[in-house]
Amino acid sequence: MFEFERVTVTRAGRRVLDEVTASIPAAGITVVTGPSGAGKTTMLRLCNRLDVPSAGTIRYGGRPLDDLDPLVLRRRVGMVFQRPAPFPGSVAANLAVASPGATSDEMGAALERAALDPALLGREALTLSGGELQRMCLARTLVTSPETLLLDEPTSALDEQPKLVFERTARDLADRGITIVWVTHDDTQARRVADRVYRLRDGHLSGINVREAGRP
Amino acid sequence: MNATVSWVGLGLSLLLVAVAAGISWWQRLGLHRQILVAAARALGQLLLVGAALTLIVSRGRSIWWSWAWVAAMLGYAATVARRRAPDVPRLLTLALASFTAAAVVTLGVLFGLHVFPLTGRTLVPIAGMMIGNSMTATVLAGRRLTDELHDKRDEVEARLALGQPSRQAATPYVRAALRAALTPQIETTKATGLVFLPGAMTGLILAGTAPLQAVLVQAVVMFLVLAATATTTVVIALGLIRRLFTPDHRLSQLPAPAE
Repeated sequence: MFEFERVTVTRAGRRVLDEVTASIPAAGITVVTGPSGAGKTTMLRLCNRLDVPSAGTIRYGGRPLDDLDPLVLRRRVGMVFQRPAPFPGSVAANLAVASPGATSDEMGAALERAALDPALLGREALTLSGGELQRMCLARTLVTSPETLLLDEPTSALDEQPKLVFERTARDLADRGITIVWVTHDDTQARRVADRVYRLRDGHLSGINVREAGRP
Repeated sequence: MNATVSWVGLGLSLLLVAVAAGISWWQRLGLHRQILVAAARALGQLLLVGAALTLIVSRGRSIWWSWAWVAAMLGYAATVARRRAPDVPRLLTLALASFTAAAVVTLGVLFGLHVFPLTGRTLVPIAGMMIGNSMTATVLAGRRLTDELHDKRDEVEARLALGQPSRQAATPYVRAALRAALTPQIETTKATGLVFLPGAMTGLILAGTAPLQAVLVQAVVMFLVLAATATTTVVIALGLIRRLFTPDHRLSQLPAPAE
C-alpha cells in the first residue's frame, strides 16, 4: 500500500529518518516499533502528509504522495493519535466534524465498529473514560470510511483492559480489509497485534525485521 | 471657558508624576525610575509631535503632508506591533496590510461620506486614533491566534487528519482569537459615558467645545475604533492562517508562546 524509497527527514540538522526504504502491504496490521525518538511517529505522519520528507519518495497505491490531493488522501488514510484530541461538544458533534452529512445510524455504526455503544452519541466527549475517548477518536476516523488507518501509539495511555479491547477492535477492522499501520514502542504489544514488524532505531530501518507473524 | 495650559501649569502637573514615582519608592516597586523616564519620554515625544503637527496642519499647507504623516504612522505602528509580538511570524507586512485595510474602511466612511471635512486637522488625529487602536488589536489577535494554534496543535492536526482544509481546521481558533481581541473594545464602548469619559471628549470639553458637540465627536471616534479593530483583527487572523499553514494543509512549526 505504502512504498518508502530512500526517505529522509531532516529537522534542525538532525536526520529523524535516514534513507528509509520500506514496503507496507495492504493486508493486515503492519507494526513499526522501536525506542522513543527513533522516528516512528514521523514515519507515520509522512503517510498522510502531516509531514513531508526532505528527500526520497513515498508512494500510496503506486502513486507518489505529491501527486495526490492531501485532503483526499487524508480521507482515505485516517489517523488516530497518541493523545486523544476530542473536539468540544458531544460524541455526535465530534463525528460530525469528520463527516458533516453522516446520519445518526452511520455514526452509530462507526461507534460499533470502534467497540462503543451507539447510545454514547449524545454524551459529552469529555466525560468518556480514556479508553472510550481513544475509541471515539477511532470512530471519528472510521465515519469517513478510510481504507487505511494510521495508529500512533494509540494505547500508550490506556490500562491493560482497554488496551486489549482496542487491540481486538483493530484486529477486527484489519480482518474486514482495512490496512493498518501501527506504531508502538511496546514489543509485547507488537508481538500480539502484528502481521509483520518493522524496527526503527535512530532514523534507520535497521535489520528490517519483517516478521510474517503467522498469528495464532 | 477655554481651559488652556500654561508652561507653568505643565510644570506643576509634573507633581502628579512625582506622586506615582513616590508610591513606587514607598512600596519598593522599583518602578520610580521607569515612571520618570516614561513621563519624560512621553512629554518629549508629545512636544515634538506637537511641533510637527503645527507645521503640517497649519493653514495653507498641502494635505499631502498630512497623508505622508499618516503613512509614517502606519509604518511605525507596524514595527511596534512586530516588536511587541515577536513570536508571531512575519507580522510586519501583515500588520501593514491590516492597518491599510482599516484605514481604507474607516477613513473612507468618515471622509468619503463627509462626516468630517477632509483637512489635515481632521485627518491626522483620526488616523492616529485608528492606527493606535488597531495596533493594540493586532498584537492581541496575532498573539492569541499563534498561541491557540501552538497549544491546541493536537486538536488542529486531528482536524487536518480528518481531511479538513487548513482554513476550516483553523476556524474555531480564529474565532477565539477574534473574540479575545474585540471583546475589550466592545466592553470599553459599552462603559463609555457611564464609567469613564474618553480622552477625546475630555480634551474637547476642556478646550471649550460644547459638551453635546464633544459627545457627537466622541461617538464617531468610538465607532471608528470599533470598525478599525474589527477590520484589523480579521485581516491579521486570516492572513496569519495563510502563513501558519502550508499550501498543502500542514500546520507549520510554531514558536512556543512567550511567558
